[in-house]
Amino acid sequence: MSEARTTTTYREALREALRAALRADERVFLMGEDVGRYGGSFAVSKGLLAEFGEERVRDTPLSESAFVGAGIGAALGGLRPIVEIMTCNFSLLALDQILNNAATLCHMSGGQFPVPLVIRMSTGAGRQLAAQHSHSFEGWYAHIPGLRILAPATLADARGMLGSALHCPDPVLIFEHIALLTLEGELAAEAGDVDIRHAAVRRTGRDITVVTYGASLHKCLEAASELGREGIELEVIDLRTLRPLDDETIMGSVRRTHRLLVVDEGWRSGSLAAEVGMRAVEQAFFELDAPIARVCTEEVPVPYPRHLEDAALPSVARIAAEARRLVSRVP
Amino acid sequence: MSGAGEAPVVRERALELLRGMLRIRQFEDRCAQLYGEQKIRGFLHLYNGQEAVATGVMECLGPEDSIVATYREHGHAIARGIPMTTLMAEMYGKREGVSRGRGGSMHLFDAATRFYGGNAIVAGGLPMAVGLALANRLARRSGIAVCFFGEGAAAEGEFHESLNLAALWHLPVLFVCENNLYAMGTALARSQATTDIAVRARTYTLEAQAVDGMDVLAVAAATRRAVASLRAGGGPVLLECRTYRFRAHSMFDAQLYREREEVEAWRERGPLISFTRRIKAAGLITEDDFQRLQAEAEAEVDAAVVFAESGEWEPVEDLGRFVYAETGA
Ligand SMILES: Cc1ncc(C[n+]2csc(CCOP(=O)(O)OP(=O)(O)O)c2C)c(N)n1
Repeated sequence: MSEARTTTTYREALREALRAALRADERVFLMGEDVGRYGGSFAVSKGLLAEFGEERVRDTPLSESAFVGAGIGAALGGLRPIVEIMTCNFSLLALDQILNNAATLCHMSGGQFPVPLVIRMSTGAGRQLAAQHSHSFEGWYAHIPGLRILAPATLADARGMLGSALHCPDPVLIFEHIALLTLEGELAAEAGDVDIRHAAVRRTGRDITVVTYGASLHKCLEAASELGREGIELEVIDLRTLRPLDDETIMGSVRRTHRLLVVDEGWRSGSLAAEVGMRAVEQAFFELDAPIARVCTEEVPVPYPRHLEDAALPSVARIAAEARRLVSRVP
Repeated sequence: MSGAGEAPVVRERALELLRGMLRIRQFEDRCAQLYGEQKIRGFLHLYNGQEAVATGVMECLGPEDSIVATYREHGHAIARGIPMTTLMAEMYGKREGVSRGRGGSMHLFDAATRFYGGNAIVAGGLPMAVGLALANRLARRSGIAVCFFGEGAAAEGEFHESLNLAALWHLPVLFVCENNLYAMGTALARSQATTDIAVRARTYTLEAQAVDGMDVLAVAAATRRAVASLRAGGGPVLLECRTYRFRAHSMFDAQLYREREEVEAWRERGPLISFTRRIKAAGLITEDDFQRLQAEAEAEVDAAVVFAESGEWEPVEDLGRFVYAETGA
């Protein structure tokens, strides 16, 4: 049985996911700043206005709080809105709606009002956009009960997570890393919904479990190849779903490798990496042969110049160095 | 050449205003070129077409006044008198830059001229301007706060909250809305139910007026009146300067949302063309004057590029500096 495959990009996979969702369900519509005429600030929704019309591909004013809140209302009203916030940096203007309404309504109403809303936003640094445009807030949002947080790192997930999110009765936030938009590769022509409950082991290895997600996955895989040539085998886990976390996959791996390195583009203090590490301490402490290590973004607002931005972000070199340090520690 | 109560347009002033706009235009054109050469990276939002606004407003301000701008703020920084050398070094991300290279194009800051940035979040500067004005009022200082923003920002809650607060507390804020008709690819009429920004400001009891933002003299005249009122203890004022951006929103913009003819029509009545034509016709300057100013501006930009090129990178060991204040802790 041979599966037909096509060459595509992360950006096109996201677009295909939107197209498929709009086709599949009349209740689905897309709204956000410049999603229509402009084609999306990252060209993700290019062509969709022409195909689906202004009713279903809606340009909004610069009013993040209002249109996210309206998305919540529309979801309560029986629709399946996909709200695009240009970048997670601007989601702060809608934080009240996301946290105080979307995340709480189901619980506060005693289960009467679930909010089946999908919010997509780009995230991450690496394009020299300076402090206010380089945030990674997915770890922050993963702090909030009531939300489901997804971070597609592969073409299959870029293509599949949206559809799965739309089938979910809860508010789902999808973080699309700007550095991945041009990622190219092959995708099954039949690609569609994916599991959004489990982490995925992207590379198996016996020496160290590396837990990561999003664009950092690719840095970790690169470090793993490099270390593989030195005889150090990394097992790389892509979290995929940042909330709720898939403890089983993480701990299963830690029980095999006995070492844990967490790589996260968020700032170190209070990070998602901190959460993963603490869970390992709670659930697999006696399995560990070495202290847990982290590679996170340095605790500075991300600076503009290339050399300082590079120094601030997790890099293949820093990941590899941490991994070498971990295996060199004798239990 | 002068209207009732306005500053007269004598040769010296005409040359100064023209020089101001030419310097901005040349700086911006060079930035576009340097972006192509990958000397400038990240997002770059150019001010071509809107030069009359920053130039006209700044002419009426004093050193005691505070400025808050957006990510499209090169023109404001230049008009405020920040040296082009350190501005260009910032574009490069060099440590000699106004923000030590850490901010880049969207985050120009300069304490010496009370230039409070360079804000890349739409409408993010408005509340700050209210606070700067409050500080002036409480400290019994004569300075006012001037806040520049685009018409797109008028859809944000922060616009409405700030106008209301400034009006409620009767603060000396001059809100300058640069209405260039598009917020990225979204035309004003497609995104805001009331397209008349001044009308909206009036509902919060601000003094508000629409001005031809392509006419540096009109902008200056309206600003002068506003500043006089603010200094005399009047409440906040909003000027809606109707203008147009000639270039793309940023360097990643195919401009599918507007017709070439529309851009050409606006270029015809651009702030530099129209002002030059006018002051030449009035016999205030000659073509030689124009050529000289143009050459001077070009030389100044050249020198700024040399300065930026020869600047240094901030050492990586200093990455963590300035996250917290280094004085007084
Ligand atoms: C809160 C927020 N939302 C969205 C953006 C992305 N964005 C940057 S500039 C811009 C358009 C703003 O238009 P306008 O206020 O009219 O100013 P102009 O760019 O025309 O000078 C948008 C949508 C942002 N920077 N901040």
